[in-house]
Amino acid sequence: MTPLSVRDLKVHFAVRGPFNRRIGSIKAVDGVSFDLMPGEVFGLVGESGCGKSTLGKAIMGIHEPTAGEIWFEGQRIDALAPAARRAVRKSLQYAYQDPGASLDPRWKIGSSLHEPLLIHTDLDQAAREKRISSILEAVGLPDTHLDLYPHEISGGQQRRVGLARILTLAPKVVILDEPTSGLDVSVQATVLSLFRSLRETFDLTYVLISHDLAVIRTMCSRVAVMYLGRIVESGPTEAIFDRPRHPYTRSLVAAIPRIGGARVTRNFWLQGEPPDPGNLPSGCRFRTRCPKATDLCAREEPVLSTLAPGSVACHYPE
Amino acid sequence: MTLLAVEDLSLGFATEAGFASVLDRVSLSIERGQVLGLVGESGCGKTTLARAILGVLPRETARITGGRVLFRGADLLTADPASINQTIRGRAITFVPQDPFTSFNPVFTVGDQIMEILKWKSPRASEPAGHGWLPAVVSRYPADRKRADLDAVLELLDTVQLPRPKQMLRKYPHELSGGQRQRLMIAMALLPGPDLVIADEPTTALDVTIQAQILGLIRRLATERNVAVLLTTHDLGAAYEICDAVNVMYAGQDVESAPVDRFFAAPAHPYTTKLLASLPDASGTASGIPGEVPGLITPPGGCRFHPRCERADGPCRDARPPVDQLGGGHWVRCYHPHGGIR
Amino acid sequence: MMGGWRRELDRFTRDRAATLGLALLLVLVVAAVFAPILSPFPGDVATFHTANRLRSPDAVNWLGTDRMGSDLLSRILFGARITITIAVVAVGSAVVVGVPIGLVAGYYGGWPSNLLMRVSDIFLAVPQIVLAIAIAQTLGPSIENVILALSITYWPFWARLVFAETRSLKNEVFIESAIALGASPLRVMTLHVLPNIASAIIVRTSIGMGATILTAAALGFLGLGAPPPTPEWGRMIAESREFLPEAWWYATVPGVAIFMVVMGFNLLGDGLRDFLDPRIRRGAGAK
Repeated sequence: MTPLSVRDLKVHFAVRGPFNRRIGSIKAVDGVSFDLMPGEVFGLVGESGCGKSTLGKAIMGIHEPTAGEIWFEGQRIDALAPAARRAVRKSLQYAYQDPGASLDPRWKIGSSLHEPLLIHTDLDQAAREKRISSILEAVGLPDTHLDLYPHEISGGQQRRVGLARILTLAPKVVILDEPTSGLDVSVQATVLSLFRSLRETFDLTYVLISHDLAVIRTMCSRVAVMYLGRIVESGPTEAIFDRPRHPYTRSLVAAIPRIGGARVTRNFWLQGEPPDPGNLPSGCRFRTRCPKATDLCAREEPVLSTLAPGSVACHYPE
Repeated sequence: MTLLAVEDLSLGFATEAGFASVLDRVSLSIERGQVLGLVGESGCGKTTLARAILGVLPRETARITGGRVLFRGADLLTADPASINQTIRGRAITFVPQDPFTSFNPVFTVGDQIMEILKWKSPRASEPAGHGWLPAVVSRYPADRKRADLDAVLELLDTVQLPRPKQMLRKYPHELSGGQRQRLMIAMALLPGPDLVIADEPTTALDVTIQAQILGLIRRLATERNVAVLLTTHDLGAAYEICDAVNVMYAGQDVESAPVDRFFAAPAHPYTTKLLASLPDASGTASGIPGEVPGLITPPGGCRFHPRCERADGPCRDARPPVDQLGGGHWVRCYHPHGGIR
Repeated sequence: MMGGWRRELDRFTRDRAATLGLALLLVLVVAAVFAPILSPFPGDVATFHTANRLRSPDAVNWLGTDRMGSDLLSRILFGARITITIAVVAVGSAVVVGVPIGLVAGYYGGWPSNLLMRVSDIFLAVPQIVLAIAIAQTLGPSIENVILALSITYWPFWARLVFAETRSLKNEVFIESAIALGASPLRVMTLHVLPNIASAIIVRTSIGMGATILTAAALGFLGLGAPPPTPEWGRMIAESREFLPEAWWYATVPGVAIFMVVMGFNLLGDGLRDFLDPRIRRGAGAK
């Protein structure tokens, strides 16, 4: 059974003019579907404005979906009452870009770690302490940290505490939102290896949201590429990076510098910028920048269809 | 003559907790038209070095404790500040910042801001900037020079591939995308006709496809106009793409410098090799560097990398390694470099 | 932990103005609590000695006597009790009503929050003194009615403050992540939002106390407070009017008392603001 399933999910934000009238909408997520496989690392990659972060937050319930369905462990969760929704959060967790920032600065770290267990379980003090102790060990932090405040430990340690807090609930699926953004390369490597070891120890399934293709490539088994609210291509990581089919995916892959290889910036072919998300072009969203665009592309929006080994949404895939 | 030569520059900041030694005898040199990459992770001092060259360090807390910054043969550190303000900063040396959004004044159109710069720093200006006794707002902007400047602006906006330059000038900064703002900053950096452009992490805040476009643009313009570029970045890929040579800094010390191909093919310093090894690659194996960047108030002695280096021994702790020329423009400061002789 | 308290006290006392404020308030509290012991003529609150009326300050009556011959010092000390009662109860009820309203409005947003804020705007539009007069007319003048008038018109200040702080805090990552962890709104509001905005509330409350005392004195001056012979400071100033400028002590003494107390609260409030806020920021940077 797939732990997490998303069906044609849409998250639209209203654009309001004078007198609070709705004059348009920003279709941050516009019809996204995917199924998560147990134990995998599923990557959502795209540039700013593609909707990947909004998608992650919508799955968590931070944003209300405008349409579509979210299924978690066989249960439909997008339309649940708030109390039931909260119960789901025990198994479906979300790690912020800086997990350390998720700690209340006025709470001791120990209190922050106890909190998820207080909310969701009936464990007594001793049982909670035991669980927290073992998780601290898994993330590599000493017990003495429990009495400290977040500002008294380093940024890297705050990050680990933030992750430990999520893991106290033994979630099944964790959504990682830009976990390496802003980090130095050497720190990034440490963080990624921590994620890998946690996945093994706790048998987690990850949804990894990132704009950094190198990180996606090294962590994910399957990848979905998003552009302006839709998935334009998805498939096994190898296939996406070695044989991209959608023109946008090709441009993304072409933009990655290859140390030791040819200079990619010399002849980088993708021009211009993504169009205004409040004013999307007709038909295929990418056609304004696509070298292959034809009338068909302006008339008809391509649908994500299977094309082994993955899927592509393009009228003229490679 | 070398365009810019930084020689053994040392400086630090006075903080509540003590004196932070942010730069420790750093040297670098750039020739005309060369693109030099200054690579290092956070806290290595590359932005401080850029600011020192521009002369915009915070006056109250920064203290230069040694070294020279020679630009076209003259030491910028000892020159008259007024003359630097008029002829060097914003004219011969210009700056492209990391975050273009906060560099713009949000309540003026970008056109107003660009023309204001040209009022003072235009290559066509006869008097040096700030020469008159009238305040800036009421001084004259000769009409014919203004027209010539405006033509130059429109032409340059076209060169940086900004669509519809005339309409662009009427927009406010928040109406533009990150990529457009950065192109504008590049245009503004080139308008005064500089010899050297310092670009401080110009693509860090941008998406990967826009980054590729901007990097390509910088490279092309540098070559076409024979403008030297000092590019600071923590992104080794960006350095590989457009730099002629790369310098590596760690915790305020410069540790290695080489022409770009040699740098990536045969790095000598252990920090450089570890840095290259931490880049995530297809196989998924990337190693980090154990330990943390040291604080700069009581930094490690000698080579500041020694606490994290498996090759470190006595000499590394006692004294900073001298420059070791490895030939072909490649030098390293290490007692135990890779492929090394010592 | 004890060491922490002493260090904090040290840091607070470095702010001279704030320490002065605290000292003034301590004097007020001591005066109120120990009024029966400290007053030379405790009975003068209720009894009259018209033979002694309007004596200027001398060895027997350190601050002189009023028009009924009562010792002014004693009446001032007992008046401190009234002052504190009005301040604490009026501001206390304003806080107890205003803070939860602001929390709920700031947390939930949407039309309920708009409604709550508009209601608070309505109450804000009522001038305190006019309302006090109206209440005194209908229900009769008394300290309780003064407190009622003050708290009805004062709670919106706290509601607005807490509303603004809650709304901006709601965007913080740690609040969002508490919600993502499954914390109920009640838990988030009371355990996460409230502690983080407590310093703003405390500062506002301190300054609010000072303002309330001033207003209460004004109401007393207008005769809307307790009837005589209650030693309410504002009323004492009102009584002194016809005897000025000869009986200068009669107006000056309660006036100075009011001044000292209000200044004490203001200085303390300012000092608390400086003391509480940079501490969090400084603490966060001291890694």
